[in-house]
Amino acid sequence: MPIDHPPGEADQERQACEVADNAATTPGMKILIIEDDLETAAYLTRAFREAGMVIDHASDGDSGFFLASENDYDVLVVDRMLPKRDGLSIISELRASGDTTPALILSALGQVDDRVTGLRAGGDDYLTKPYAFSELLARVEILGRRKGTRDTETSYQVGDLELDRLSHEVRRAGKLIALQPREYRLLEYLMKNAGQVVTRTMLLEHVWDYHFDPQTNVIDVHISRLRAKIEKDFDAPLLRTIRGAGYMMKAGD
Amino acid sequence: MAGRSGSVLSRFGAMLSTTAVRLSALYLALFAICAVALVFYVTAISEGLLRDQTERAVRGEMRDISRIYQTRGIAGLVRIIDRRSRQPGANLYIIAAAQGQIVAGNVASLQPGVLDREGWTQLPFTYERYGERDADADRAHRALARVIFLPNGMRLLVGRDIGEPEQVRGLVRQALVMALAIMFVGALAIWFFVGRRALKRIDHMSAASRKILAGDLSQRLPEGGSGDEFDRLSRSLNTLLGRIERLNEGLRQVSDNIAHDLKTPLTRLRNRAEAALAERNNEEGYRRTLEEMIAESDQLIRTFNALLMISRVEAGSTIAEMAQVDLSALAADAAELYEPVAEEAGVALQLEIAPGIVISGNRELLAQALSNLLDNAIKYAGGPADASVIVRLSEARRAVRLSVADNGPGVPADRRDDVVKRFVRLDESRTKPGTGLGLSLIQAVAEMHDGHLELTDAFPGEPNRPGLAATIILPAGAKA
Repeated sequence: MPIDHPPGEADQERQACEVADNAATTPGMKILIIEDDLETAAYLTRAFREAGMVIDHASDGDSGFFLASENDYDVLVVDRMLPKRDGLSIISELRASGDTTPALILSALGQVDDRVTGLRAGGDDYLTKPYAFSELLARVEILGRRKGTRDTETSYQVGDLELDRLSHEVRRAGKLIALQPREYRLLEYLMKNAGQVVTRTMLLEHVWDYHFDPQTNVIDVHISRLRAKIEKDFDAPLLRTIRGAGYMMKAGD
Repeated sequence: MAGRSGSVLSRFGAMLSTTAVRLSALYLALFAICAVALVFYVTAISEGLLRDQTERAVRGEMRDISRIYQTRGIAGLVRIIDRRSRQPGANLYIIAAAQGQIVAGNVASLQPGVLDREGWTQLPFTYERYGERDADADRAHRALARVIFLPNGMRLLVGRDIGEPEQVRGLVRQALVMALAIMFVGALAIWFFVGRRALKRIDHMSAASRKILAGDLSQRLPEGGSGDEFDRLSRSLNTLLGRIERLNEGLRQVSDNIAHDLKTPLTRLRNRAEAALAERNNEEGYRRTLEEMIAESDQLIRTFNALLMISRVEAGSTIAEMAQVDLSALAADAAELYEPVAEEAGVALQLEIAPGIVISGNRELLAQALSNLLDNAIKYAGGPADASVIVRLSEARRAVRLSVADNGPGVPADRRDDVVKRFVRLDESRTKPGTGLGLSLIQAVAEMHDGHLELTDAFPGEPNRPGLAATIILPAGAKA
């Protein structure tokens, strides 16, 4: 398992790891891909299978809707523009019939309003083409995990790091760590999704509520700061950099 | 000469085919019809009036004479007729025998048949007065009269000459016709000159348009100083042309730049793949190359996205989601996002943000614009020791000013219009990362919010490092 523990700050970015290995945490997740471009679909199917997931594929809107309503999936990955029936109408009809299976919309349309329409139609996440597979995988995993959502928990724990969501206090090995409000929210999101890859865009979306790509990698600097605070006086790293994908909170190994 | 007259004819033909001239011709025709109707109406009315007057006079005279006849009999009648006949005036008197011979009166002869019917003569008849027979034989008078048959078979005629009223009527008609003729000629002249002038100006305009159509977008339609319809038309067309020229220029520039800014990285990408194949790398080498290629593609995608974003924001219509945006909070948030980056780059980030400034806009786009500004400012700020960036937000005189100022090398005043254009980067900045689209996007976002982007020196007093202050100026508190 090449999830490396970075020996020092400077080296973190150079530590490589296999993207697909992150998914080992959620084996057997069942996914429906509704995508009309066969090459993309084949690529996604293979990549998701390598990540240990079970894949069904539909290449048009009608068969996609049929499969989605007949079977029980953990996540739907829906292309927005499909032959016979567009992706948004599939999702809104599923929602109307009470189906709450998390759906991720893939679209070439990526402007502010497109995203809003997509989410209003009942989509749970929205990814603009072209995307990195690691980004898609990270988002699908988090959507698939929503069934056992941790939103209601009052505290998160990763290793000896504890975050109290009521008092907003963070302790490591019992020692209080002072965080800025934004750092707290960053850590909260990472800990809520502990064991999952969280990408930079996901952090920007959930912690800052921005949906654009800042030119400089501003997130990395925030992460370094946070990392310095929670790991400075401790040996065991918790906040790992997953090369080519993002970050992951994970204790020990 | 023939050619000349031919060209005059064709000019005239062209003139007839212009809208202005056709309209004037129509007006002229309507005017002529009205004028003719007016002449007839006026003469008809005056004729009726004169006839009424004549009839009243004749009726009065007849009444007087009948009274005398009733009291004094035929002798009295003859006497009074005799007496009245000798008075000067326009009245005619005749007493005639049953056979028609004139017994007394002031008429020498008259149109035959007038005395044969009792009552008003239907039409004016001609007659000759006594004493005029020889002198003015050709001058027949015209009159209206009333004829009465007396019980003894004799006929009495009382009438009135209508020569004078007819003359008056003729004069009125003549005057009217004359006046109308003068007006007609005047209108024709005005129409001719105005029409020709209009035609000339339109000719100039179409000549200019032809040049523009031929591809010379720098041509402009002629503008006089008069501010009339033609001027206004020219002016708005010129504004339109200016805009088209700018868009065209932008398009040309983008396609030029696509060649360089998009083709170059694509070529690099391809070369890298080719080189990796040729080199017989080990797995580690392939991996590194592929990673570099992914990074390069990401940069390309970013450039494409920015281009798409700019054109969609410029088109404006696609962005429907406008809401009340707390600009103060947005500025503070963005500054907070960039604060660690600034610190790492050794740039002091200062905030001067007025609280509670709310405008109507799109939060996401404004945040992106501001983050582009911050990104730029941090990239270019200051010297090694004292680099600083100041974010200011203030509201004054119905305008919100959001500015990001750095103390870097700045942008020379003559290049400020350029750097806002797509892909334009100053030579000094080519070494820094970036797409060359940041300022274009900021400007597009500002304009979408009915504002604009202003670039100034941040420290005008420092010739070496004037810095750049980029200010987004937006209308304050605009309602969505």
